[in-house]
Amino acid sequence: MTDETQARPNRWKRFSDWDERPLRLDKFAAEDAASGFSAFKSPFDPKPGLSLGDGVVESMDGIAVRDFDMIDVFIARYHLDPEIAPEAMAMPSLEVARMLVDMNVPRKTLVRLAHGMTPAKLADVVSHLSSLEIAFAYSKMRARQTPGNQAHVTNAKDDPLQMAADAATAVAFGFDEIETTMRVARNSWSNAVACAVGAAVGRWGALFQCSSEEAEELKIGMAGFTSYAETVSVYGTEKSFIDGDDTPWSKAFLAAAYASRGIKMRCTSGAGSELLMGFHDRKSLLYLEARCLCLQRAMGVQGTQNGGIDGAPVTCTVPGGMRELMAENLIAVWLDLECASGNDARATESEIRVGAKILPYLIAGSDLICSGFGSILKYDNSFNASLLNGEELEDYLVLQRDFEADGGLTPVGETRVMELRSRAVDAISAVLEELGLAKPTADMKLSVVAASGSDETRTFSGRDVAMISEAIYERSITVIDVIKALAARGFTEEAENLLKLVRLRVSGDYLQTSAVVRDGRIVSAVNNPNDYQGPGTGYRLTDERREEIVAIRDVLTRQEVLRVEAAFRPGEVTRVAYRPTGPAAATHNPKEVVIGISPAFGLKLFQTVAGHPLSAILRVLIGGITEGGCTARVVRMRHTADTSFLGLSAARLAGSGIGIGIQAKGTAVIHQKDRLPHNNLELFSNSPITKIEHYKRMGLNAAAYALGEMPEPVIVPTRGEAMGSRYHARVSLIYAIETEMTSEGAEPEEIDVMFLGAAA
Amino acid sequence: MTGKPLTVADYPLAENRPDVVETKAGKKLDDITLDGVLSDRVSLEDLRITDRALRQQAEISTAAGRPTLAANFERGAELVDVPQDVIMRIYELLRPGRAGSRQELLAAARELRETYGAEGVAAFIEEAADVYERRSLYKKRF
Repeated sequence: MTDETQARPNRWKRFSDWDERPLRLDKFAAEDAASGFSAFKSPFDPKPGLSLGDGVVESMDGIAVRDFDMIDVFIARYHLDPEIAPEAMAMPSLEVARMLVDMNVPRKTLVRLAHGMTPAKLADVVSHLSSLEIAFAYSKMRARQTPGNQAHVTNAKDDPLQMAADAATAVAFGFDEIETTMRVARNSWSNAVACAVGAAVGRWGALFQCSSEEAEELKIGMAGFTSYAETVSVYGTEKSFIDGDDTPWSKAFLAAAYASRGIKMRCTSGAGSELLMGFHDRKSLLYLEARCLCLQRAMGVQGTQNGGIDGAPVTCTVPGGMRELMAENLIAVWLDLECASGNDARATESEIRVGAKILPYLIAGSDLICSGFGSILKYDNSFNASLLNGEELEDYLVLQRDFEADGGLTPVGETRVMELRSRAVDAISAVLEELGLAKPTADMKLSVVAASGSDETRTFSGRDVAMISEAIYERSITVIDVIKALAARGFTEEAENLLKLVRLRVSGDYLQTSAVVRDGRIVSAVNNPNDYQGPGTGYRLTDERREEIVAIRDVLTRQEVLRVEAAFRPGEVTRVAYRPTGPAAATHNPKEVVIGISPAFGLKLFQTVAGHPLSAILRVLIGGITEGGCTARVVRMRHTADTSFLGLSAARLAGSGIGIGIQAKGTAVIHQKDRLPHNNLELFSNSPITKIEHYKRMGLNAAAYALGEMPEPVIVPTRGEAMGSRYHARVSLIYAIETEMTSEGAEPEEIDVMFLGAAA
Repeated sequence: MTGKPLTVADYPLAENRPDVVETKAGKKLDDITLDGVLSDRVSLEDLRITDRALRQQAEISTAAGRPTLAANFERGAELVDVPQDVIMRIYELLRPGRAGSRQELLAAARELRETYGAEGVAAFIEEAADVYERRSLYKKRF
């Protein structure tokens, strides 16, 4: 009856657990092509096609020339190469897809074909590829051989001191480009000056941009503070384009204007933007993006910031969304554009999805893996949180090390970071003072140097910053004034660095595709082209670069483990003495339990991994056995350091046939003489979470087994900690000390244990 | 400069062909030093790109198989001497609904051609004028 009266549960509680995970903050959308929610294919996408009459386009992707919208006109006129198009369009898409992943087909061959392909054709080809194939093709097709990365440097207060310190820090971590923006539009000039100065600390060459309103951004560039721009957005439908207040011609004019000012420029486009703007024309995300990318090549920009960008989060709500982002990036590089490959706007709350999102880019490499890695904390990111942020920067450094992949960053030590941050804050303070813009106090400076984020700074008020910024603008302060101010205050190196950056404009070398500055030299798709043709070609880590990448902080070494153990010795020798009394033999005392200790136990190793002194462990084990009505005998094994065999050997020596085996690291077992080695009675395998009381109860249980009883086994509760990741490196080094002390056939040794003084 | 177009091997010009790089005032890269800035021998004007440099980069882009990039550098070269306010005015005019008629764009094209010799950019704007008409972009937007 009770079964019927009790309420039946109506939900598996695991679903409630899942409800609580960050993943469930992400919302997912049903596939619905008519509403624009389709990644790769929509029934409303056109079939690839092109007809030419006398080398002139008559129709493209099913649209006759008289019905062309502005985007079609621009693509047909400036992207499509009529010499190549007939051949390229006639090739089966599957065959071209296979060429993309065929290491024997050179990149050049494929780039040439892309010049003759329509947007629908490009989309059709890449949609044949799996995610793995897209990543591989991306690695083969990206324009510059050496990968790089870009950082966001912003803060919630638009504080120039922190801006400079964080810019210097980002540069030290190896970012090739840094991008800033502001909370309050009028602060753009202050941000620009602060980042320009900060980025000149430590080394020169990090390109810098200040994302702001188009006209303002160009003005800031003209004053010499910024060296690139990437906020020139394009869209895949005509209505979105117009709603974005531009046309292909206005944007192409702007692109030429940037070139005329010697400023590196890329466009921005990404899946989902048309969806967000409400004019998706029921087309798939990939097809619209293929249009954007053909348009960008047509405009003659050297590169694109691409891969969802602000539309990445909505794209990731759709089935295949992340694969689509990779596919559009592939089209970008296939079209021979520099690709700052997104991985910026945080598309998920799930750290697993974050890691999965970044991995293909990390191992494939990209011109700029993130087009805004948040080098600052999430709340300081004025673009909104990035896929990866200051919080997670070390995770990324470790991923580089794990996969021996160059993600563009280099670990930097604590001392170096503090030096650079101090120097940057001093440098920008000197500039602000020298130009009569502000007088930062010592307290402001100190708070900024140490601050992880702007919550911790005591610095300028919002009003102060606005006044600094407006003064820079109104007084027409240029980079020349800043260089002079730096030099006047003794920041000669920074003055030189800033000048070198601005001087890049004279030759314009850095306007070429995928250009960055490495070690004071321009590296671009022109002089560092991706020549991947299979293993042994393309980008490979040099030994020097590998050294840099693997040098993360707090790496355990054997010396360090030995040092820590040695430091524990003086305490232990005041608590316990182990006196060998000769070879150990079996006895017939039925109440005797033998504790088999490992070779280095108390001789070279003095604490368990959990940090318990070995004297304390031994004391409670013996105490438990005694309390349980038996006697304990301690024997040191010298033929083995293995827990099972320590226990089994001890059991064979014990009159009761019950033995305890214990390693110095704390792993312990209760064994019985006639059992198979790995079929023990009880085992404490997780020494890091094994407490003193567990050892006490192990002693009691051993006594109970000796007396023929069946006690409740002692379970050391685990909460699923990743024991291996936390402890195995140290454990392996410790265990090696034990195994070094074993010798084949060495006899067990009777030990007289004397506890000295009080327990630890 | 020899008459021969520059190639990929000449790139980067600042490293491989400093002989062909100079500022509008004829300064060489080596003249652009911190001392020069501090003694006012180097001004912001000396840190500007020249039309010649953009055409050189266009030659390199062409050699590297990037004709559309080269075309953009060519358009950029034509705009080097166009003042900032003119650039911003024409950019604004090219945005949707700013020009009330085809004639306004054609006038801008004429200005660029006649005042600044920007033949390529002028033709580009004339092309836009046609397309805008066909796509009804001369409508006032609110």
